[in-house]
Formats: sequence, C-alpha cells, structure tokens
Amino acid sequence: MEENNLLLQVQDLKVYFYNEEGQELKAVDGVGFYLRKGETIALVGESGCGKSVTSLAILRLVDSDGKIQGGKILLEGRDLLSLSEREMREVRGRDISMIFQEPSSALNPVYTIGDQIIEAIILHQKLSYRQARKTAEELLRLVGIPEARKRLDEYPHELSGGMKQRAMIAMALSCHPKVLIADEPTTSLDVTIQAQILELIEELQRQLNMGVILITHDLGVVAGMAERVVVMYAGKVVEEGSRWDIFHHPHHPYTWGLLHSIPRLDVKQEKLAIIPGVVPDPLNFPSGCRFRNRCPLEDEVCLTEPSREEIENQHYVYCHHHSQIEVLETRGFSQ
Amino acid sequence: MNNVPLLQVEDLKKYFPIKAGVFRRTVGWVKAVDGVSFEVFPEETLGIVGESGCGKSTLGMTVMRLYEPTAGSIFFQGEDISSLPASQLKGVRRNIQMIFQDPFTSLDPRMHIGSIVEEGMKVHRVASPPEVRRRALDLLEKVGLGAEYFSRYPHEFSGGQRQRIGIARALALNPRLVVADEPVSSLDVSVRSQILNLLKDLKREYQLTYIFISHDLAVVRQICDRVIVMYLGKVVEIADGDTFFSSPSHPYSVALTSAVPVPDPDYEVKRIILSGDVPSPINPPEGCRFHTRCPVAQEVCSQVEPALEEVGENQWVACHFPGSLSWERA
Repeated sequence: MEENNLLLQVQDLKVYFYNEEGQELKAVDGVGFYLRKGETIALVGESGCGKSVTSLAILRLVDSDGKIQGGKILLEGRDLLSLSEREMREVRGRDISMIFQEPSSALNPVYTIGDQIIEAIILHQKLSYRQARKTAEELLRLVGIPEARKRLDEYPHELSGGMKQRAMIAMALSCHPKVLIADEPTTSLDVTIQAQILELIEELQRQLNMGVILITHDLGVVAGMAERVVVMYAGKVVEEGSRWDIFHHPHHPYTWGLLHSIPRLDVKQEKLAIIPGVVPDPLNFPSGCRFRNRCPLEDEVCLTEPSREEIENQHYVYCHHHSQIEVLETRGFSQ
Repeated sequence: MNNVPLLQVEDLKKYFPIKAGVFRRTVGWVKAVDGVSFEVFPEETLGIVGESGCGKSTLGMTVMRLYEPTAGSIFFQGEDISSLPASQLKGVRRNIQMIFQDPFTSLDPRMHIGSIVEEGMKVHRVASPPEVRRRALDLLEKVGLGAEYFSRYPHEFSGGQRQRIGIARALALNPRLVVADEPVSSLDVSVRSQILNLLKDLKREYQLTYIFISHDLAVVRQICDRVIVMYLGKVVEIADGDTFFSSPSHPYSVALTSAVPVPDPDYEVKRIILSGDVPSPINPPEGCRFHTRCPVAQEVCSQVEPALEEVGENQWVACHFPGSLSWERA
C-alpha cells in the first residue's frame, strides 16, 4: 500500500455505550479499515452492526452515553482522537463532512437553506457574507437544484425529499472536504430519486477528488459505487476486500449469506436463501466469533476469536473456516 | 389460477379534501387514487408498485374499505362491497385481512401476542374458546413462534418476529385475500428473506391470494405473479411478472426498473435517470401524468390522457408510445 495515498486510517477503534444499569454495550469493538485519496469504500452491515457508530466516531460525534474507548483515527497521519474539541471543530466540515440518512431531520427547520450553507462556509473560510452567499448559490447549482438563487431563501419544508438531500450534499461539500461520509444517503428516497443522488455523489467525487465512505445496508448500491467493501457484523469487521472479492468470492459465511439472501431484480429465485436466527443482542454477544451461533460452519474452534487473515491481495477475512466456504454452495445455510 | 376474479375493482377513486381557513372549507382535492381498475384472481399474488405518493397504499386501504371510496366499485367474490353499510362489512372483513408495514405500531403494546392473534376469532365468534386458543397456538407455530411465546408482549420481540405475529393475526380468520402493505420494508436483509419465504409457504398451504404493495421491485420480482405499476394515482402498466421484468413497456416502468441497483459489480445497465420530482397529486399534469418527466414525451402526451391498452400477451400499458424507451444490459 502506497503510504502517501492514504487519506484516513481507522485502527482498532472501540466505541462502547453504557446503559442505565451500567452495562457495557460494545457497539464497535476493534474496527479497522483505511481509505485512499479519491476512493469510495462502503461499510456494509445490518442494523446494529456498528457501521453508523463508526462513522460518528470518525467525526467524534458519538453521543454522551457512548465513549470511544480505544484505537486511532488517522487523517493524513494526524490522530483525530488526540485533538482538542476546538481543533476537532476545525476538522468537521472542513476536512471531513457527513451527509445523513434523513435530510428532513438533519436540516434545521427554522433557518433557510441558504443560511445553513452560508453558516458552514463562513465558519471555515475567510469570506464575506456576500461572497459566501454567492458560493452557496454555486453549490446549489452544482448539486442540480433548479432556481438556485430562489431556493437559498426557502426553508427545508418547502423542498422535496430529493431536493433536501441535494441541499445537504451542497452543505457538506461547501468547504471541499477531503473525506465525505455518506450515512445511508438514499435510504429514505424513492428509487428514481436515489439514482439521481448516487449519480450526483459519484460525479462530485470525481470532480473534487474526495474520499467517500458510504455507509449502507443496500448491497445493490454498494456494487455500483464502492471500490472496496468492509462488511461488519455485531461491532466487528468480518471481511474486507475489493467489490469483486466481496461479491464474487466472499469468504466469510456472513457475507455469503447476506449476498444470497437479497432479492435480486434480475433473477427470480424460487426460494431465497436465509440466515437463520437474528442479530445478537449487544449485551450478550457470543464469545469468540460473534457470528458463530448463526453459522453453519461453527465448531469448537469458533469459541476463540478469529484473527485477520489475508487470503488474496488485500482481501481480508476474519473466520477460522474461510477455506470451507465452498461447502455453502452445495449446502447453503441449512444445517 | 382460475378465471373468475376474487376481487374486481372498477374505476376506483379516492380523493382527500384539503381544508383551509377558519371555516375549514375545502379548497382542493388530493387525488390519491384516480380511476383505477384491476382484477385479482384466486391464489395469485398481485404486486402494486410505485414510488411514494403514487397512491398504492391508499388503494390498498380503500379496497379494504378502511377508507371510504370517493367513486367506483369494488366487487369481492361477485358482491359489490364499495357501498356496503358498516354493519354488513364485518362478514367481508373476515375474508380480507391486512399485514401492515410497521410491526412496531401495528401491534397493541398492552396485549400479549396470544390475545392479539385470538382477538379477531373472538370478535367473529368463529369457534369455542378452547378451539380459538388451539388455533392461535397453531398459527404462532406456523409462523415460527413456539407456544412459549404465547403470553409475551410485543416489546419483547424483534422487528422480524413482530412481523410474524402480524402475519399470524392476519391468517387467524382464514381469509381469502390478504393485503400486505410493505410487509418487509422495515426489516433487515437477512430477516426480510425469512419473512418472504414464510409468506410464500403460507400462501401455498392456505391457498391464499395476496395483494402485495411495495416500492421494492426486487422483492416484488420474487413474490408476485402479476404487477401493477402506479404513478400519481393512475395505473400505467399491468403485466405478468416475467413479462414485466424482462420487457417493461411504459417509459416509467422502464426507468423504474433500470434505477434499481443490482448487487453485482459486473451487472451494468444503462440507467435511465429521470429528471425532477413527482408532481403534486393536487394538480397533476394534464394529459399523461408522466409527461413532465418522460424522456420520450411528445406533444400529444401533454394533451390527451392515454388509455390502458393491451400491447402484448398479459401486458396492458397506458402510454401513447409504449415500448419506445428500453434498457439494454451492457
């Protein structure tokens, strides 16, 4: 890996939450991955796998009942976890920005779209209000909002869902961030609007050469956009590789199950494959491999935690039995 | 499948008034469902697809008479139920049941799941109390929840399990028709396929007929025999599933199917990106309602509303230029 290309490195990140009884919930437990300049990676997993918490931790926005208990987040070599809150504020928005799943709740309803974008610009750049307003207008045009000047003076409720998401992207891009984190950016949108927004993010990324971390549960979106994929389960990374590695040669049983259980538009499956059971409760994660109680390949070895193994060039998997993955092709998840 | 429709909907309309001012006068109408006709045949699964605001959920609710239709008729097993008084609806409702999207709000948090499943059977007095109990246990077993769960409360269950409870409740009265409104949309991927498989198995076992309302075309592809596409309160295409997914004909259907991301990095499709948003159903465009976003619209499209016409075997399309937009796999 060419070090000078490395933009963001997350190493052994641990984020724990504490409930009222003082119990520890290990929402993110030793997660690591990297992002190169101009690259898109996807963090994939089901609800509760820790993908969103990871992204909030990168911005140090984990809420008060959670704590970052360990690890490093290196942005071009600088550890964000060692910065003061004031220094961190400089990073947010300027170096790393984020777009959220629900544009209606991420935008402030009592300020106009323009005010919210201008605020971000003035905060990080030495521009006058008039210059900032002009920049904001250009940004709205860049993200494809028609009648940009008029829209600046409108409130979020006057915009449709797709337009709100565009406005939020404009805000996120206002200071030319190096890293854009997109947390389920299209989940609340209709497919035809989703296609517009994904196209927009890809286009802007090319233009601005940003690194993008796409957080999603939608493997269809991942296949179309991400160069590399990090699959998470129950607070841990289970597999990491290029999108071809992950989609064509998955080596973790969870990745395999996930890929086989999604309904596909291009194939009619008589019976969908299923992963039996449910995601474990974070208070009672199984010891050893956290997937073991749903896994058809489970045996005693799985009681110890699997370590990271490189099975091909930069394709990593955390499973004791990854060499037996072909068994699933004939047997599936039925035990 | 036989040829006598179980449900027949003719020119159904549902308008919601928009009230404004001190006197709450009606100042306009949201035409959520605006002249929809279709048939549902016994033991088929009919998918109703479209984006938010197209009227698919309103259609489902109106068919069940949970909304009063503004106009049109609904024939269930030959009987017009669209104007049936509430007192006589009870018998019909026994035969049409619903599965809701959100398993967190559709179950009463103060009832244990046993009584949730039993309630309908008690209201309709279908059997003696011990028989009702036996049947409820049986149904819970069928949907994959054992007897030990019988007196637990909804909050003790995950989303997927709650959806199973909702399914058991819907089946308790042995309905002919089940209207499922986005039944798997709120579920995680690995759980979603469990529920879809369950719905398929139950259909076979109880000879059920489904109306399956969903925005997720990949899910519809897996479960539906026929598909209805709606746009702004109107039907734009009705076709059988295989035909629809291999050669959609209405430009909107083509754009919709091409926009669905496929989980395969080698799958490339010429994505047709529609510009703009869906117009407001308060003032829908004149002529064809899709013409403002249609890549192949011509002058006539803004003037004359196209009628639903047969373009091929089992494929009906409301478009002046059906089949003029297509997508190829690269």
